[in-house]
Amino acid sequence: MGPNNSNKAAKAYDVIIIGAGATGAGTARDCSMRGLKTLLVERLDFTAGATGRNHGLLHSGARYAVTDGESATECIKENMILRRIARHCVEETGGLFVTLPEDDLEYQKLFVDSCRAAGIQADVIDPKEAIAIEPAVNHKIIGAVKVPDGAVDPFRLTTANVIDAQRHGADVLTYHEMVDFLRDGKTVTGVKLRDARTGEEKTFESRLVINAGGIWGHAIAAKAGITINMFPAKGALLIFGHRVNNIVINRCRKPADADILVPGDTISLIGTTSSRVPYDSVDNMEVTQEEVDVLLREGIKIAPSLAYTRILRAYAGVRPLIASDNDPSGRSISRGIVCLDHAKRDGVEGFITISGGKLMTYRLMAEWATDMACKKLGVDAKCRTAELPLPGSEPEAPKNTAKHHIIELSTEQLALEGRHGTLAEEIPHDINDDALVCECENVSVGEIKYAIDKLHVNNLVNLRRRTRLGMGTCQGSICACRASAIMARAFGQAAAISDLESFVNERWKGMMPVAWGQTLVEANFSAWIYEGVCGLGNNSTDKIISDK
Amino acid sequence: MKYDTIIIGGGLSGLVAGVALAEKKQKVAIVSLGQSALHFSSGSFGLLGNIDGKPVDNPIEAVAALPAAHPYRRLGVDTVMNLCSKVVPFFAEAGITLKGDCAQNSVRVTPMGKCKSCWLTLDEFATAGELKKYKKAVIVSISSFLDFYPDFLAAGLKSIGLEASVVQVTTPEIDRLRRSTAEMRATSIGRQLRGNAIVELADAIKKVSAGADVVLMPAVAGFDSEEPVKELRSLVGTPLFSIATTPMSMAGTRMQMQLRRRFEALGGTYMLGDNVVAGKIGGNGTVEYVDTANLTEDHLYAESFILASGGFFGHGIVAEPHRIYEPVFGFEVATDGDRDKWFDRNFFAKQPYMSFGLDTDESFRPLKDGKAVNNLYAVGAVLGGYDALKEESGAGVAILTALHVADLIAKK
Repeated sequence: MGPNNSNKAAKAYDVIIIGAGATGAGTARDCSMRGLKTLLVERLDFTAGATGRNHGLLHSGARYAVTDGESATECIKENMILRRIARHCVEETGGLFVTLPEDDLEYQKLFVDSCRAAGIQADVIDPKEAIAIEPAVNHKIIGAVKVPDGAVDPFRLTTANVIDAQRHGADVLTYHEMVDFLRDGKTVTGVKLRDARTGEEKTFESRLVINAGGIWGHAIAAKAGITINMFPAKGALLIFGHRVNNIVINRCRKPADADILVPGDTISLIGTTSSRVPYDSVDNMEVTQEEVDVLLREGIKIAPSLAYTRILRAYAGVRPLIASDNDPSGRSISRGIVCLDHAKRDGVEGFITISGGKLMTYRLMAEWATDMACKKLGVDAKCRTAELPLPGSEPEAPKNTAKHHIIELSTEQLALEGRHGTLAEEIPHDINDDALVCECENVSVGEIKYAIDKLHVNNLVNLRRRTRLGMGTCQGSICACRASAIMARAFGQAAAISDLESFVNERWKGMMPVAWGQTLVEANFSAWIYEGVCGLGNNSTDKIISDK
Repeated sequence: MKYDTIIIGGGLSGLVAGVALAEKKQKVAIVSLGQSALHFSSGSFGLLGNIDGKPVDNPIEAVAALPAAHPYRRLGVDTVMNLCSKVVPFFAEAGITLKGDCAQNSVRVTPMGKCKSCWLTLDEFATAGELKKYKKAVIVSISSFLDFYPDFLAAGLKSIGLEASVVQVTTPEIDRLRRSTAEMRATSIGRQLRGNAIVELADAIKKVSAGADVVLMPAVAGFDSEEPVKELRSLVGTPLFSIATTPMSMAGTRMQMQLRRRFEALGGTYMLGDNVVAGKIGGNGTVEYVDTANLTEDHLYAESFILASGGFFGHGIVAEPHRIYEPVFGFEVATDGDRDKWFDRNFFAKQPYMSFGLDTDESFRPLKDGKAVNNLYAVGAVLGGYDALKEESGAGVAILTALHVADLIAKK
């Protein structure tokens, strides 16, 4: 768990990493594996930024092959690495790039050539074969190419990196915002943090600070008087209520709105849009009615059944791109990695920024940042993050294999292993702990206890990210009260109730842009449960208790 | 097939209208998909608990303060009062024991230990007023049953001056259920609580309730009648009350079954698992017949039709991205503008969509092109012009409009 604060005031770190998205968590893993004393700091929760708000696509790189060969090459390399080291976070679905009648089939040739140049296997197949392997695809397609796309769970991936960092001695603080740098002249010597829950401020010294703040890295750098011109490009997505497709479907054309449909666990995702947004809006991304309409209109062209599939929710993330020109769409900007040594760039010693890139290249970004850190600190250690599996993805011990062959696993156990890989063994399991809290996603009492004890869970949103609780078709209507009762034992009742109310509001935020049909029915049902039956929200009338 | 009245929807309002008409010797059919808001009932009925965020003490007096299009204003204060006086005996005939007073709201205790105002409460449940008579409560929860929140409840009771301890019990019968994680729901437990299983549970409760002057437990007993609850109470000895659970609601599910049995005993036809998919309104503005999903060969004819199909939850009102409508007859529902205006971004704020529903004339007949359909009446949640959730008026509107429309039809 987190560091003991009374001890920490004195302890100096080799590196402090700001931001616990995939990149920050990956950097913490890499640094700690190379023997650096590491502190990972996050102002909210792991994956609270762009890491938790994307497609969850294990890119083959094909998407970038035509426009950005360098990114495409990085992608396919990392794709193959993640299949090895993050087995329990990855689903090897395969991917298709399909040409619709309205698209230019000529593009397919350029696409295939570019993929091959980048080292991405791209096999042109008969559209009939594509329809046979993925019946959800529009049957009017005139071209299809098979590529090694897949799905990756960014929540699991980040958590596994955090767990491994901790196993290698790293300390982790969530809900701690960096309010300022400690400075000695032009040299950064540490950070001042504010505990978001208590308001308490603490200082931590370090030899180096790494800014892995994604789009928020702009503001972090500004605190050191440094300007990094980031380009906040909003991307909106829709989540559908079940797995419409089993293979990633991309549209084979120049990247545009809503041309990727990704299956992930129990759902499918369509995205994205791309629009420039002002910096001051990045903390509060809301999906507009227009964005929903575009995503749906374009998505239906790829997979017609989306027209009558329930939409669970809509959400949006902000791509952390480093601005290089005035492109208004944000698409022609390279997804390339930017690793800045601010000593060289700005004359500020002890400070590195790692940015650009994307979820797929988080590990490579971490490697670059850690290489730079080691060089600056004079540490000679090799990166091993591409070889060693993440916790949960280790090869299974023989005893497990034997056990699995003797008894067939229940749906609940399969769900657990799917989410936690080999770590599922650590989850308490008896007649009390096996009681199901979330029936959509099969989350047990034991899994919630495990998440609270071991995975830095402070509230129901954290719990959702670690376990998928409340991510299913009921969107928390049934399970959130149950989970809250368990949370109350760890965090107190008043906190649990107010957390429950904000959790319900967080679910509503994603449902509101798509609240029609069954989604509105679900919201209506939730309102009756939470406000009507349970009396939560602001309408409970303790003041009229003078009942005769 | 020809009936005097066909009722579309078998939830609270449809069943009440059906029973009331069958009591008046009408030949009635109810077409019901089977699920309704009763399945998540709190065990209490609200009449009018709140206007614009202000608690209502006397619902009858408060009716005058409601907007003109509100169903209660359509009924008028005298009719509301008159109908209210009939409700307790009406439900008693179905074996449903209610307590409460329409001129004085009481307070129910929610599963999370919060207090909300209400009108009638099932005898099985305790109002906050009743609980205040006691000094020391024991809250008995059931192992692995997660839809009951004893710690939240204990904290809530403390705020009304009742000290409560929490204990957990199980019985051999409950342990059998616990082996399957999906079985631990109120209605599944309720189904098992008969005969010896009640004796086992009463023994387990008695063992842990020494020293308490009141016992509170989740509302899981009484699968098809109130008898198991009465038996449990008598075996435990110490005063025992149920506290509402989150869905499924055992008491609400039971009420639905009791009303249906009462309806069928009076000669009514209950078409369970069927759904009215369309209705034919003739050129003279009269509904001629309706069609259901199952009866593909025949139309269903009747003199009068009642739309008791519910709100969004009951699919009596359906939302599309840019339109809201009633799906059987295709009535458009007024929405005050674009989808952006249907909602408030705060989930717990007043949500405009909650008040969306059918507009009717003074006799609760839906308007088509500004003109009332002759022999069609709307009751309950399909009606617009009120916010059942914020007003705590859902059950009241359902019951009173159903009783009133039954009177109108019978008088024809």
